[in-house]
Amino acid sequence: MPAVVYILKDGSERRVEVPEGTSVMLGAIQNNVPGIEAECGGCCSCATCHVYVEPAYADKVPPPDLTENDLLSGVAAERKPSSRLSCQINMTAALDGLTVRIPEKQSL
Amino acid sequence: MSHGLVVVGGSYAAAQIAASAREQGYAEPIRIVSEEPRGPYQRPPLSKGYLAGKVLPAALPLRSEAFYRDSKVELILGARAESIDLSGRSVVLSDGRRLAFDRLALATGARPRPLPVPGGGLEGVLFLRSLADADALRTRLAEATDVVIVGAGFIGLEFASVAVAAGKKVTVVEMQDRVLARAVAPGLAAFIADVHRAKGLDIRLGATVKELRGNRRVESVICGDGTSIRADLVLLAIGVIPNVELAQAAGLACQDGIIVDRFATTSDPRIVSAGDCTRHPSAYADQPLRLESVQNALDQAKTAAATISGVAKPYDTVPWFWSDQYDLKLQMVGLAAGHDSAVTRGTPSDGRFSVFYYRRGSLIAIDSVNKPGEHMLGRKLLTARLSPTPEQAADSGFDLQGLMAKA
Repeated sequence: MPAVVYILKDGSERRVEVPEGTSVMLGAIQNNVPGIEAECGGCCSCATCHVYVEPAYADKVPPPDLTENDLLSGVAAERKPSSRLSCQINMTAALDGLTVRIPEKQSL
Repeated sequence: MSHGLVVVGGSYAAAQIAASAREQGYAEPIRIVSEEPRGPYQRPPLSKGYLAGKVLPAALPLRSEAFYRDSKVELILGARAESIDLSGRSVVLSDGRRLAFDRLALATGARPRPLPVPGGGLEGVLFLRSLADADALRTRLAEATDVVIVGAGFIGLEFASVAVAAGKKVTVVEMQDRVLARAVAPGLAAFIADVHRAKGLDIRLGATVKELRGNRRVESVICGDGTSIRADLVLLAIGVIPNVELAQAAGLACQDGIIVDRFATTSDPRIVSAGDCTRHPSAYADQPLRLESVQNALDQAKTAAATISGVAKPYDTVPWFWSDQYDLKLQMVGLAAGHDSAVTRGTPSDGRFSVFYYRRGSLIAIDSVNKPGEHMLGRKLLTARLSPTPEQAADSGFDLQGLMAKA
């Protein structure tokens, strides 16, 4: 099973296995990884599952679609080129080791 | 010894009160009592992706087992809180158990409003609130041919989207003269109704239901004007009633909702309440209001948890809501009721636009269709009490984000 590495707000890392087809957001919720709120449950309506994808994986993750890109303009923390909504990144074998950094805050 | 916090309820507000209390450093025992057989789970997908099979059961729990274990939050499931013994500081459960508490949180939610007409108890007449309701509805939908939905609110129209997409003949009967009458303004309601009609939904406005007919199983819906509509599945989606009985019997102040202040405290200072069941003051409304939304449940729960933890954190988040119907992503922020003017930004015929609502020249709400960025910006503008002029809002070339930057 592929793994996701979450870098928490305090800088520590949590490595968890996330089944293929499951989102990086759900992987965090199901493993009690703090800092990802996902208020809308993953339907791309709330921008509270914001993460920064680490540079090594930037090219491996498919780019955001129009809705996600638009919603990203409203994240609570700073929007960076590496910003993504983790509910929109589904795990694949090729993404094994995907490392994402959790932002300072998710709510306004 | 400390009895800690007892939370009555099993949904968003209950889970969030427990989680936020721990984040605030509340170290006493926390117990959540819910009559449902499972821990708190997502409800919005139940009328959308879950029914359509796109959201799987494993994705529904709001918190993992690891959360309850690691946070030392005990779930007491399948147990109904029957009464509150205020002098004895305990909650009495349906199985006779008594749970002593120092602090109590009521997150009892709401239940679907029944339709007081003959035939409401026929087989095939369903409600949608819980996961069990959704499972029953999904099973029934698979074998149905003629679906009638009573009520053109969010639940009604979301279910209509799923049923139409599943190839059923679907009719919505709505008493008001427009869809989503409680939630959106007339112009947007007409736009949404047109999208549904174009997909094949039969919408009957200004129509009432006087009887559900059938022999054991529902067969038809009889409207107030005598029209009969064939039906082998009827969803009653005419709103909810807040679950106030437990609070009321204990003597807490209630008025179509458990009355709380800005700190989510009820008329008893030891008891807080959050979510669909409360009536609360709002900086965005003239009157105390009751909101049925995930946002309200989560944000009011955070306030309730802060209060329990001895931190004053008034609940003043701008209300927001969302709904997904077909490929329409509807997002609403603020409360449009009482607006005296409205302007549209973007082009409705493109299916991507927002409506800005004003009252005495100030922005009070924004409804967005497939414009999530404008919705998020609207949340920031309304929270900061910033108001673009109607001319600026209507001008797609005007940089609204710039208003935030200047503030």
